[in-house]
Amino acid sequence: MRSKHLAAEKKASGSRYTALRSRRLPASALLDKRAVLAAIVLAAAIILMVLFSAGIGTMRIHPLDVLKVFAGQGQEVHKTVVFQFRLPRIALSLLVGASLAASGAIVQGMIRNPLASPDLVGITNGAAVAATSLIALTGGAASVRWLPLAAICGAAAAALLIYVLAWKRGVTPLRLVLVGIGLSSALSAITSVMVIASPLRIAGQALVWLTGSVYGAAWSGVLTLLPWTAAGLALAFVLARQVSAQQLGDDIAVGLGSRLQLQRLALLALSVALAGSAVALAGGIAFIGLMAPHMARRLVGPAFGAALPVAALCGGLLMLAADLAARTVFMPTEIPAGVFTAAIGAPFFIYLLRRRRSSP
Amino acid sequence: MVALLDRPSYKIAVLLLSVAFLAVCMTASVMFGAKAYGLSTLQSAFSAFDGSDAHLIIRTSRVPRAAIAAVVGAALAVAGALMQALTRNPLASPSLFGVNAGAGLALVVAVALFGFPGLGQSVWIAFAGAALSAAAVYALGSGGRAGPAPVNMTLAGAAIAAFASSLTSGVLLGSDKALDQVLFWLVGSVAGRELAMLTAVLPYIAVGFVAAFALASPLNVLAMGEDVAVSLGQRTAAVKLVAAAAVVVLAGGAVAVAGPIGFIGIVIPHIARHLVGRDHHWLLPYCAVLGAILLVAADLGSRFLLMPSEVPVGVLTAIIGVPFFVLIARRGRYAE
Amino acid sequence: MTKLTASNLSLAYGRQLIIDNLDFAVPEGRITVLIGANGSGKSTLLRALARLMKPEAGAVLLDGKDIAHTSTKEVARKLAMLPQGPVAPEGITVLQLVKQGRYPYQSWLQQWSEADERAVRAALEATGMTPLAERPVDALSGGQRQRAWIAMTLAQGTATVLLDEPTTYLDLTHQIEILDLLYTLNEREGRTVVMVLHDMNLACRYAHHLVAVKDRGIYAQGAPGDIVNAELIRNVFELDAHIIPDPLYGTPLCIPASQARRAQERQAAVPVHA
Repeated sequence: MRSKHLAAEKKASGSRYTALRSRRLPASALLDKRAVLAAIVLAAAIILMVLFSAGIGTMRIHPLDVLKVFAGQGQEVHKTVVFQFRLPRIALSLLVGASLAASGAIVQGMIRNPLASPDLVGITNGAAVAATSLIALTGGAASVRWLPLAAICGAAAAALLIYVLAWKRGVTPLRLVLVGIGLSSALSAITSVMVIASPLRIAGQALVWLTGSVYGAAWSGVLTLLPWTAAGLALAFVLARQVSAQQLGDDIAVGLGSRLQLQRLALLALSVALAGSAVALAGGIAFIGLMAPHMARRLVGPAFGAALPVAALCGGLLMLAADLAARTVFMPTEIPAGVFTAAIGAPFFIYLLRRRRSSP
Repeated sequence: MVALLDRPSYKIAVLLLSVAFLAVCMTASVMFGAKAYGLSTLQSAFSAFDGSDAHLIIRTSRVPRAAIAAVVGAALAVAGALMQALTRNPLASPSLFGVNAGAGLALVVAVALFGFPGLGQSVWIAFAGAALSAAAVYALGSGGRAGPAPVNMTLAGAAIAAFASSLTSGVLLGSDKALDQVLFWLVGSVAGRELAMLTAVLPYIAVGFVAAFALASPLNVLAMGEDVAVSLGQRTAAVKLVAAAAVVVLAGGAVAVAGPIGFIGIVIPHIARHLVGRDHHWLLPYCAVLGAILLVAADLGSRFLLMPSEVPVGVLTAIIGVPFFVLIARRGRYAE
Repeated sequence: MTKLTASNLSLAYGRQLIIDNLDFAVPEGRITVLIGANGSGKSTLLRALARLMKPEAGAVLLDGKDIAHTSTKEVARKLAMLPQGPVAPEGITVLQLVKQGRYPYQSWLQQWSEADERAVRAALEATGMTPLAERPVDALSGGQRQRAWIAMTLAQGTATVLLDEPTTYLDLTHQIEILDLLYTLNEREGRTVVMVLHDMNLACRYAHHLVAVKDRGIYAQGAPGDIVNAELIRNVFELDAHIIPDPLYGTPLCIPASQARRAQERQAAVPVHA
C-alpha cells in the first residue's frame, strides 16, 4: 500500500480474497473481492440515482440533460436548479446516510447485536434534547447557526452519560444497550416538553428537526459535514480489525490481545461523532443506522473491514431514496425524509427480530 | 431476592397502611396547589356546594385530577407487572415497549384525518392505538419456543417507540390543526383532564384489574418459564392472551386519559417485588396501591417544583425512573 | 517454550474469595487438566491464567513477567484462550473466523503477511477444517464449530493454549474427536495445553498432569495414575467411587457408587477386580 511495489498474489487464501503485499516494506493487505464488487455495484446504483434524482422536482430535467449539466454544458436554468438546489441536497443525503450507516455498523459490532443502532440506544435522543431545547429557548432565532453544535454536544453528553452509568468494572455491551434505552426514553419525555413549551410556529421547526429532513440543504451544510464523514469513515476503517475482534466476544477479544475497554470507548466516541454530526445537519433520521449495516452484512458477510464501506454506500443510497420519496410522493407538499426511513425501518426491525428467533 | 415483608400479617398490615397513605396523598392533592384550601372548604364543596370559585376548582379540577392520577398510576403499575411476568423481562413496561407512543400516533393520525373528535372519542382513539402497539409487542413476544432474548424485546420496544414518534412528528407537521390540538396530550400529565375522560375508560380499566387479579396463580406458574408451565399442565396460550388483553386495557386506558407517562410500570413492580416477593397474589394489589401513590404524589410535587408553572408529571416520573432503570440494568443476571 | 506460573494468586468475585494464595506452575509441553466440583474455582483459575480476570492479590507470570503489566498483544502471541461456549457473529465463515487469530500480529500497515497466511492455512489443516473453510460457522455441526474455534486459537501461534470446557454441549463422539485433536496437537507440535474438563474419566485419559481444585486451592496434582484414587474422589467431589484401570489405556477409571441402589444389588452384579 502507498508503495508502488505491490505484488498481487492470486492464490490459496480463498477464492474471495487477494493478498496485496509490498516487497520492500513490511506492509500487506487482504482484498475482499466480493466486497469490492459489491461496492462498485452500489456506487454505480448511487450514480444512477443521483442523475435521476437531480432531474426530478417541480422542474423535470431529463437524466441526459443532468449529465450535460455535470459536464458543464446544458441550459443555464438547468444548471441553476441542479447546482443550487438539488445537488446540495443530494450530497447532504449521501453524507448523512453514510455517516449514520457507519455509526450503526460500529454500534452493532461493538454491542454484538444487529438490532442495535445509534437512534435506539439514546445517542440521537441526546442530540434531540439539545436541539429542541435550543429551538425552544432561543425562540428559533439562534438555531440555524448553533443547532449543529448543540446537537453534536447533546449526542456526546448522552453517550458519555450512558457510558458512565453502564460502567461497572468495565462496560459490557448489554449494559450499554439497556442503560441507553432507558435514558433515551427519559430524554424523549424532556424533548416533548421542549416542543410543547415552544410557541406553535417554533414547535413546527422542532418537529421538522425531530423527524429528520435534508430540506433546504445548502453547500455550506455539505461542507460542514464532509470532514466529519470523511474522517469518521477513515478512522472506522483503521479500527476495523478491532471491531472484528470485539464481534467475537469480550473474552476472545482479550485473549487475542485487544485492549478491550480502551477500544470500546474509542469506538463509542467514533460512533457518536459520526451519528451526532449527521443528526446535527439532518435531524433525527431514524433506522438507517439499523438497516444499512444489516444489508451490508447480507451482501459481504460480517467481517468489519468489508462490511463498513459497503454499509456506508447502502446508507447513502437509502437516504437518497428516502429524500427522493420525501420530495416527490406528495408533490408539491414535502414530507420529512425521516418519515420514510421510519416507515421502512420499523417493519424491517420486526423482520430481523422474527428471523433471529427462528434461527437457533 | 428475599422479600422484606415475609409474613402474611405484615403484608396485610402494610397494604392497609399504604391504602391509608394513598387517601392522605389524594386529600393533599385536592387541598394544595396554586391555591391552598382547608379541609373544611373541601368538605363543604361536597356537602354545601355554593358555586364559589373554591368549590368549583375543587369539584371540577382538583378532585378529577387526584382521581385520575390514582387510577392511571395503579393501572400503569399493574400493566407493568403483567408485562414483566408475560415477557419474563424485568424492563418490560408500557412506556418502554412503545404502548404510549402507539397511542400518541393513533390520536395524531385521527385528528389529522378527521379533525378533533371531542374528548370522549379521543380517549377511544388513543385507546385503540395503545392496544395496537401492545398487540404488536405481544405478537413479537409470543410464538416460538423460547421467544426473543430480553434485550431484543427491549430493543423491539425502543424500535416501536422510535417508529411511532417519527411518524407522529411527521403527521403533526403536515397538519397545523392536529399540532395545535394534540400537543398538550403528547406530554404525560393528569392536569386539565375532565372527569368524563376517566369515566369513559374506567369500566374497562376495572375489567383489566379484575382479569389481572384473577390471573395471579397462573402468572406465578408462567413466571417459571413457558416449558415448565406447559409441563405443569397450564394452557399457556390462553393465560398469555388474557394477560395481554389486560395489559392493553390497563395501559391503553391509562395512556388514553393521561398521555405517555413513563417508568411507573418499571419502578413500582420492582419496589413491590422487593416488599412482598414474587407471588402475584400479593404483588398485583401492592402494585396497584403503590402505583397510585407514586403518581398522586408526583403530580402533587409537579405543582411545586417550578412554581408558578407546572412541570408535566410525565417528566417527573421519567426523572425518578431513570436511576431505577439504571440500577436494574446494572444488576445481576440481566446485566451479565 | 514459555513458562506460565501463578504466584501467591488470590481471586475473588466481589467479596467472595474463590482462590486463596495459590502457587502453581503449568508443566511445559504437556497436557494439564483442571478438575473439581461445580463452583470450585477451576474455571476462574483458568480465566486468571489467561488474564481474563484480575487477581485480588498475587500475580500470573508469563516467562517471569506479570501478565497484568505486559502488553496485551505480547501476551496474546504466547498464550491463547478459548472460553466456554463462544458465539460467532452471524454469517461469518470459518476462514474469516480463523483469520481473526492473527490479530496480535497485525498492524495498520501489516494487515496480511505471508506468515499470517501460513499460520491460518496450517491451523485449518491441523483441525481438518480446510474443506469447510468457506462455510458459515452457523451452518456447521457442534463438533465442527468447536474445531473452527480451536483452529482460530491455533492460528494465534502460541506455545500455550488454554481451553475452558472445550467439550461442553458435544455428544460423546465429538468429545473424543476434540480431545484427540488436542492430544495430537500436543504430541506433534509440543504445544502446552491447559483445560478444564468435567468428565473425570476423559480427564484421566488425556491429561499428563491432573490438577484437582478444592477449597480455594489445589487439593492434589500429578499424573492421573499417581493421584487418582477413591480418597481423592471422595474429598474433591464428595462422592464414593471405585477406581479401576481403564481396560483400553490403563488410566484410572472412576466408577461412582450410588446412594439409591443398595449394596446387595451391587454384590449380585459381576464382581470387578479392584
